[in-house]
Amino acid sequence: MTQHPPATELLASVSHFLRDELLPSLSGALAFNLRVGINAIDLVRRELEQGAEAAARERSRLAALLRSDSGLDAMRSALCREIACGALTLEQPALREHLRATAMERMAIDQPSYSAYLAGMARRRLERK
Amino acid sequence: MRDQIDAPATLAKELNALLVRLGRGKLKDGSLVRLTAGAHQETWAFEAIGEAGAVPLILRRLSADAVPSEMTIDPETEAQLIRRAGQCGVPVAAVYHILAPEDDLGRGFLSERVAGESLARRILRDPAFAGIRPRLACQCGDIAARIHAMPTEGLPPLKIRFAAAHLDELYALYQSFGGGSPVFEVAFRWLREHLPKQATTPRLVHGDFRNGNLIVGPDGVRAVLDWELAHLGDPAEDLGWITVNSWRFGVIDQPVGGFGSVEQMLKGYRSASGEACDLATVRYWRTLGSLRWGLMCRSMAQPPRPGLPMAIERAMIGRRVSETELDLLDILAPEGLL
Repeated sequence: MTQHPPATELLASVSHFLRDELLPSLSGALAFNLRVGINAIDLVRRELEQGAEAAARERSRLAALLRSDSGLDAMRSALCREIACGALTLEQPALREHLRATAMERMAIDQPSYSAYLAGMARRRLERK
Repeated sequence: MRDQIDAPATLAKELNALLVRLGRGKLKDGSLVRLTAGAHQETWAFEAIGEAGAVPLILRRLSADAVPSEMTIDPETEAQLIRRAGQCGVPVAAVYHILAPEDDLGRGFLSERVAGESLARRILRDPAFAGIRPRLACQCGDIAARIHAMPTEGLPPLKIRFAAAHLDELYALYQSFGGGSPVFEVAFRWLREHLPKQATTPRLVHGDFRNGNLIVGPDGVRAVLDWELAHLGDPAEDLGWITVNSWRFGVIDQPVGGFGSVEQMLKGYRSASGEACDLATVRYWRTLGSLRWGLMCRSMAQPPRPGLPMAIERAMIGRRVSETELDLLDILAPEGLL
């Protein structure tokens, strides 16, 4: 039998308790910091849910861009060097697409309520129609 | 280093003693509250009871765990600048006293507490400001013009930073964190290739002129706060910074602070200063601004001392680096409008 509940559901329960039951009883700096803490718990939950897949997608895009797979960190550094020396530029659609996809996937974890992320998601929905 | 846990009680005692020495009455019991503010400085609100009744005041001082930064000026310099700005017609919260070592309150200053709203989201959403919002961008242009017109002789010593110096400083900071952001690499390269023509005379730049650092009443901007990033340089920097998407607080289609257009701001700027600034220059400084905010976020996500946990707000600011990466892409490689 697998462990139940999974870590993500434990965090969802904690977040729910803090937001709905504890937060209303606090004010001032304590309430502010608790709100930031709840946001942190929700971020960790999203990272547990989406992080591995996002990293795998980033890795396969990088391997295509750089034409070899040397691991995520090494490829990120290699991409930085290629950009810094001008070998890869925003004129190249493959680089634009990679950077945007990576930024969007990161925002889906870090801050999915951010205006530029919401605008990007709205554009994607329109494109699909 | 001050003990943060004991701060409120000790702080109240020392603050009361200071008010008595200054002849400003005494600290009203129970009035001292910490306002949520930046990670570098702390801001306390309190009331002094004197002959004129209760007067609302502010204490702004360095946090006990402030990480020293190349970018910020010390609070004494900040207080002197605010005084000068007030004399030059910039709306500010008047400085009453600059803390001295014998005050035993750390480093900072006491100032007037200007009535009004400083929370950006409320300024953008509260119906009380519906009437003034359409005029705020123009007012910000007017105020920026006044700041940039301040004579620089006689100011306390400030660093000179034009775009190239900013980029060198930011790149060193970026590398100190191990680099590794392809989007930041793209931005650094673009910003270096498109450096604006350097003005010959450095002007006073506020450095953090944006929604969130303004006190607004139903009649408009009443004070410009947080001068700790002030320096000398290109005045267009302030006009770009206020349009960085992070300072629109969700209202993405109103580039100036979430409340107005760049054209409105530049109109206010031109009528107060007689100087024009073009949209491309504002865009350049918005780009540099997003990059700078990204690196400021990364800088704040540091423990006060190695091995100690970060304060929760600071830790979470570290995860705002990605918002600036997306904003940079929206500027430098926008998706086609549909």
